[in-house]
Amino acid sequence: MWRGRQGRLRPVGCVVEELRCQRREREAALRKARREQQLVSKRLLRDDVLEEAEGECVAMILGEAEIQQFLQLAQRGTDEKQRESALVSLRRGLQHPQTQQTFIWLEGSMRTLVGLLTSNRALLQLEAARCLHELSHSEQSAVAEACLPATSYLLTYLSGHSSDFIELCLYTLGNLIVESEAVRRRLLPQGIVPALAACIQSPHLTVLEALGYALSQLLQAKEAPEMIIPSVLGSTLPQHILQLLQPGPKLNPGVAVEFAWCLHYIICSQVNNALLISHGGLSTLGLLLLDVAGAVQRTEDAGLELLVCPVLRCLSNLLTEAAVEVMGGPNQLEDERVVAALYILLQFFVQKQPSLLPECLWLLNNLTANSPSFCTSLLSMDLIKPLLQLLPVSNVVSVLVLTVLCNVAEKGRAYCQHLWPGPLLPCLIGTLASSDTEVVGQSLELLHLLFFYRPEVSFGPGTPVLRPVVSPWPLSLSILSIATFLGLASLCGLQFRTCSLWLGRHSSK
Amino acid sequence: MQLPPALRSRLLGAPGAAKPLPVERDPAAGAPPFHFAARRVRFPRDHEFFEDGDVQRHLYLQDVLTQVSESPERPRVPEFTCQAAGCCQVFDSLENYEHHYHTLHRNVCSFCGRAFPSVHLLDVHILEWHDSLFQILSERQDMYQCLVEGCAERFRSGGDRKEHLVRRHLYPADFRFDRPKRSGGPATPGAAVQDSAEALGEGEEQSGGDAMEVCPERAAPRPEPVGQRRTSSHRIPSTICFGQGASRGFKSTKKRKEHQ
Repeated sequence: MWRGRQGRLRPVGCVVEELRCQRREREAALRKARREQQLVSKRLLRDDVLEEAEGECVAMILGEAEIQQFLQLAQRGTDEKQRESALVSLRRGLQHPQTQQTFIWLEGSMRTLVGLLTSNRALLQLEAARCLHELSHSEQSAVAEACLPATSYLLTYLSGHSSDFIELCLYTLGNLIVESEAVRRRLLPQGIVPALAACIQSPHLTVLEALGYALSQLLQAKEAPEMIIPSVLGSTLPQHILQLLQPGPKLNPGVAVEFAWCLHYIICSQVNNALLISHGGLSTLGLLLLDVAGAVQRTEDAGLELLVCPVLRCLSNLLTEAAVEVMGGPNQLEDERVVAALYILLQFFVQKQPSLLPECLWLLNNLTANSPSFCTSLLSMDLIKPLLQLLPVSNVVSVLVLTVLCNVAEKGRAYCQHLWPGPLLPCLIGTLASSDTEVVGQSLELLHLLFFYRPEVSFGPGTPVLRPVVSPWPLSLSILSIATFLGLASLCGLQFRTCSLWLGRHSSK
Repeated sequence: MQLPPALRSRLLGAPGAAKPLPVERDPAAGAPPFHFAARRVRFPRDHEFFEDGDVQRHLYLQDVLTQVSESPERPRVPEFTCQAAGCCQVFDSLENYEHHYHTLHRNVCSFCGRAFPSVHLLDVHILEWHDSLFQILSERQDMYQCLVEGCAERFRSGGDRKEHLVRRHLYPADFRFDRPKRSGGPATPGAAVQDSAEALGEGEEQSGGDAMEVCPERAAPRPEPVGQRRTSSHRIPSTICFGQGASRGFKSTKKRKEHQ
């Protein structure tokens, strides 16, 4: 499933702490890049087995003369083995950025490489493609643009039969696509979308994973909503993608991850989500979520969150579409097992990846907001208490938990009866004391709804639930203590006014 | 986070929705200063809400996160020779052999021995180079189809098609799978051999390793008696040879001309 691929320069004798530090740095760099809307990442397909067979992997810097020599040998060498090994040496040199620069500025070099790529010598062709792949991994757009003469051939080879070769072409294309808009402007008229639509019918999983990668890079482009997604939606790709995401024994996680991200980029661009819904997108994704939750229970496989994240996003965004609003229609998602799956994933993420909790809760909000059925499921399956356990995680999570609770409470008395009294009050007193104004605001909204629909709930000394908290004190004093909490937290003017109005409303009862 | 024990069995149970409790909203509940309204929320692609998940995705792409499982063993096999007639290439790995086979022996024109990267290009080639009916029809209507997958345009001549490929599809002007035919009529094996010999010579001078159309000494073109009709059998494997007196092997162009 996940193929082990080493980094470009293998760290020799690296300490665990150093690796963690490197990872933190990478994360910080990625966050910064994302804020600047320059998030670019590429895949490097390097055959470690092959490299071990060749000996020590050292990225050599090659000069002009050496590059020319290797190219000439590859072109005109008499011995087949000699020609191949010349290209292998060139490929190893191209792992180094400096060699890449020298190569692209050398006259005729790309033309020769393309000639070898399209030659009738199969193994030379393969090596030439590997050289191109190294070039595609460069972080310089000039290098990616220098590979333009090869793109029509890479696309042509996608309709071939050699799965390893096609995989290599796809990863190369994916890397080139993400690097430069000029490359995308060339590839679109060259027919990349129909080529991918034809290639997606391949039975080879490695080809499919590579295709998903290339497509996800294409869909991530900033011009995608206008220039790319309409033609993707107009092709047979959406149906094939949904088919590849069908849960079952044939589902391959590596392939599913790539296509789930493709779907996410399509859906969040909001070009034509109704089409995806009409192809059964909601039910496929819902069933996939159930499948993943089941897998999470069975194994500790940490790779699953890579699949869960885009599926959550797709479902949440699709639920906002008008086509779904039609109550009882065929496009509804009504299976309460989805809620069960979501809670299992929440529990999993609390331990493994707390940063994904907000996305899970976002889906829970979208499920419960307009659905009395799902709200009832939360109550009947006893899922309020687990939700309250998430309150201490973070402010963002608190706001979302409180919002979901508000979704339940706002549906009226019958719902509030199950919420109040209960373990809710002590938690709410805690959130009211938060320093985050959004948390406090949402807590007040919830408290208001609960008191509104259940005004008869008294705070008197006889109320067992409240005794441990405020037992000897009459109602006014307990409200005064709430007000004190509010006062202690530095609130903005609106919150103060809100709570004093709230106090006024409820203390008069 | 503690979950109720019945939850896991619910996941495995039958699909179903809870019968909803009665909804009785009072509009006064939403009176100011309270303004909560239950609503579904959507986030566009660049929203900061997605930051964490996006960063995880990119770390995965960059391989920092990838679960390393055992790479599938690629067995080295004892050396073996390609079984295609006339091919004596030796291999010690199945992957290399697979690529060789698909490149040189899979989509091969049985008229002239040219190999193509895909079935589609082979079909177009046979139609345009070896089908006399095509030649006749093309004088009256647009028969030359665009080579790009998904483009349904057709043209009167190969030249028009090339121009379309360059202008509309930004293809290179010397795209190797769109070589013009040299002779006027349907390509005869003889002409093809002549063609390939010339092209081979040309190829070696230019950027080495000529296009797929050229057959090297290995996959030799098989001469067929001219005029024999080919319908569905044009993708006959190279091990089969037709016609009396037909021989395999690469004959020199001089000899070919004499026989014709």
